[in-house]
Amino acid sequence: MYIFFSFLITGILFLIALLGSRNPFIFGIVIPYAAIALFIIGVIHRVVKWARSPVPFRWPTTAGQQKSLPWIKANNLESPYNIWGVLGRMLLEILFFRSLFRNTKVELRKDTHITYGNNKYLWLGAMAFHWSFLIIILRHFRFFTEPVIRFVNWLQTVDGILEINVPVLYITDVIIVIALIYLLIRRITNYQVRYISLASDYFPLFLLLTIAGTGIWMRYFDKVDIIKVKELALGLVSLNPTIPGGIGSIFYIHLFFVSVLIAYFPFSKLMHMAGVFFSPTRNLVNNNRAKRHINPWNPDVKVHTYQEWEDEFRDKIKTAGLPLEKK
Amino acid sequence: MDEEKSKQEEIIESIDYKPPKKGWMNTKANFKKGTYCYSGGAKFVDYLDLPFPREWKPYEEDWKLPENWKEIILEGMRERLDKYRSFRVFMDICVRCGACADKCHFFIGSGDPKNMPVLRAELLRAVYRKNFTLAGKLMGKMVGARDLTEDVLKEWFYYFFQCTECRRCSVFCPYGIDTCEITMMARELLSLVGLGINWIIEPAANCFRTGNHLGVQPHAFKDSIDFAVDELEELTGVRVEAPINKKGAEILFIAPSADYFASPHYYTLLGYLLLFHEIGLDYTWSAYASEGGNFGLFHSHEMIKRLNNKVYHEAKRLKVKWILGGECGHMWRVMHQYMDTMNGPADFLEVPVSPLTGTKFENTKSTKMVHICEFTSDLIYNNKLDLDPSRNDHWNVTFHDSCNTSRAMGLIEEPRYIIKNVCNNFHEMPENTIKEQTFCCGSGSGLGTDENMDMRLRGGLPRANAAKFVQEKYGVNVVSCICAIDKATLPPLFEYWAPGLEVAGIHEFVGNALNVKGQNERTTDFRGEPLKKFEGNGVKNDV
Repeated sequence: MYIFFSFLITGILFLIALLGSRNPFIFGIVIPYAAIALFIIGVIHRVVKWARSPVPFRWPTTAGQQKSLPWIKANNLESPYNIWGVLGRMLLEILFFRSLFRNTKVELRKDTHITYGNNKYLWLGAMAFHWSFLIIILRHFRFFTEPVIRFVNWLQTVDGILEINVPVLYITDVIIVIALIYLLIRRITNYQVRYISLASDYFPLFLLLTIAGTGIWMRYFDKVDIIKVKELALGLVSLNPTIPGGIGSIFYIHLFFVSVLIAYFPFSKLMHMAGVFFSPTRNLVNNNRAKRHINPWNPDVKVHTYQEWEDEFRDKIKTAGLPLEKK
Repeated sequence: MDEEKSKQEEIIESIDYKPPKKGWMNTKANFKKGTYCYSGGAKFVDYLDLPFPREWKPYEEDWKLPENWKEIILEGMRERLDKYRSFRVFMDICVRCGACADKCHFFIGSGDPKNMPVLRAELLRAVYRKNFTLAGKLMGKMVGARDLTEDVLKEWFYYFFQCTECRRCSVFCPYGIDTCEITMMARELLSLVGLGINWIIEPAANCFRTGNHLGVQPHAFKDSIDFAVDELEELTGVRVEAPINKKGAEILFIAPSADYFASPHYYTLLGYLLLFHEIGLDYTWSAYASEGGNFGLFHSHEMIKRLNNKVYHEAKRLKVKWILGGECGHMWRVMHQYMDTMNGPADFLEVPVSPLTGTKFENTKSTKMVHICEFTSDLIYNNKLDLDPSRNDHWNVTFHDSCNTSRAMGLIEEPRYIIKNVCNNFHEMPENTIKEQTFCCGSGSGLGTDENMDMRLRGGLPRANAAKFVQEKYGVNVVSCICAIDKATLPPLFEYWAPGLEVAGIHEFVGNALNVKGQNERTTDFRGEPLKKFEGNGVKNDV
């Protein structure tokens, strides 16, 4: 049901875009600006909200040897003992999905043995998607910069290194579609994942697939006038928007779905992009016994003092021959 | 044996990882006997000044909730969202990738989809979304938002007391979402309306009053230590001293109370006593701070602080220089990650220095509390102990990392170093079941009570299964560990899943191996079992 709901919403959005593409002013200027505004305000709002809640305790998840005795090799990346360790740990997590790389799959065998097989597919799918997505976004900077930044040109060349087709086929275009389809199929076919999936899990996948699909369509099949697209893009970033006529409606559909994605971003699980930086199990140093962590709201609590204890058990302490504070 | 087999198969065959057709929002918690813990007794709730003490039963329809229970819970949620970044972030960023799903021992052993860490957390997140997010308010069920009803509350009680706060899932989560933290929040919220389990609240009340979970009063504490001293003399011919509440000692030693009151913990106690005697340690026990463990950890942050307070309080009163702590799992999560923040700074203590080796424990320079495995491995490394590992030759050992020392501390190599120096036969369990990936005993975080046995056996299945693997493959006959809850709950677990496996603390092996000045010829181990070299022809039954 969730998946149909998400599919339906995506379909409705598609129709809106199809009709709306006749109104380039709304769909080429107003909606993109509104989406960007929502994105910026929404993300800041969410991040500020996270940042405002303090970190009362320092409890990283340690996944390796602590630093204790000098002759025992400590693992600074899995159980960081200084800020460099934390930085390394976070980089591995953010760039290479270190934790997901550990993934295993449990199997209960008939002979009553439980096995934990390697299971790197999710890691591979996630890496493939996120890295292609990043490269594709960076590639798009050729629309936003004039002259085009050298790095972007370089990226474009590398991405098109196969030199198949005219225009040149980008490897990331292929990978992102395969990765997204894998992630979608996994969500549908893996019993457990399907059971936990919500409409808000399918929806971003449909959005991204539509964005990738329309992008690929207008690059390789129904080609749009790139010069005009760039004119529009440059107008948007220079806050001097113009609408060059004659850009195909497929472009406006693409742009609309991008707008929906970024507008939806702050209100959804996509915020994991910013959230991962805030995760206390990963971004804290495992040096609690060496350096005191301060809790800004450390409360006063009711305790049972030694004196109260001694007063209650005085006779028993005396009989046992243990020393007393007050005789 | 055949009967055992069929009991095992019965559980294994009942596990189905395929979730039901019905969506999780439409199923209710089923309080089946053996899968939940009894409610917290009113007198203990009352003793600790906690809200709404009353007699109620989880399996009864009416939980006698206060009229405004919903308001209390939502207000409690709001308060915690503002106080804990962890809580707010973990409520927001899960993408439901499912990587955690089969990492939980309760899911592996039960197949209940709500034991997937992600879904356990969703139980709380759904209510969060409904009440604290725009998307949840507007879109409801589609984005996983759910009203807080009595059924939802009951589900919370059932599943958040079906999580042992072991943090295994947090090792695998790409965002480091820690279900332990989520469970801690949920349990705090439940406690606000007087919902808790007796196996946590009674020990906490005991600990607050007498100083330890078992409720051992000072005279009985002294008796049990004295008894151990006598027994040690019988075993070794050496009379050790075990000072209690001694002012001016250099070191305050704190161990979990089970060490002096339960078995097989007791043999670990004998190990400590013999070790401290042999190295001439100037130390003291405390009958007031007579508990290293802290069941407050399983109740609320406030309770952690209330119970932990006595550690520094007593160290100050006794004017010791530093604190040494015994073998315990969750105790070390508190000592390592909470104590200094809550009850520090310990500026009246000195940075711990081993009086024998001169090693300064720089890693504890603020908290001033050293783990016994750090202390002993330093002694061994510096050749301060005369060890005869052959006295452990009748043991074929594996090591079970406890959840908290591995995933909330990183104490991984120290215990292994000690074992390898005091035992000749050591084999690791498979790598996905040890170190940071270790499996919980299935009874941690206050769930180790007998009425919960069905769930404990299921939760402990992955641990027992890995132990059984090395039992069959290498002839391992003892699982060593440094956790008091393990020592209490692994024996029944193994009796069920892997009969023949014993459980022992590491300092039991240290004590067996340690040569002491003036000792008699040692013909048995601490358990009174004959040593291998004194067995007929040295033939061992199962190695």
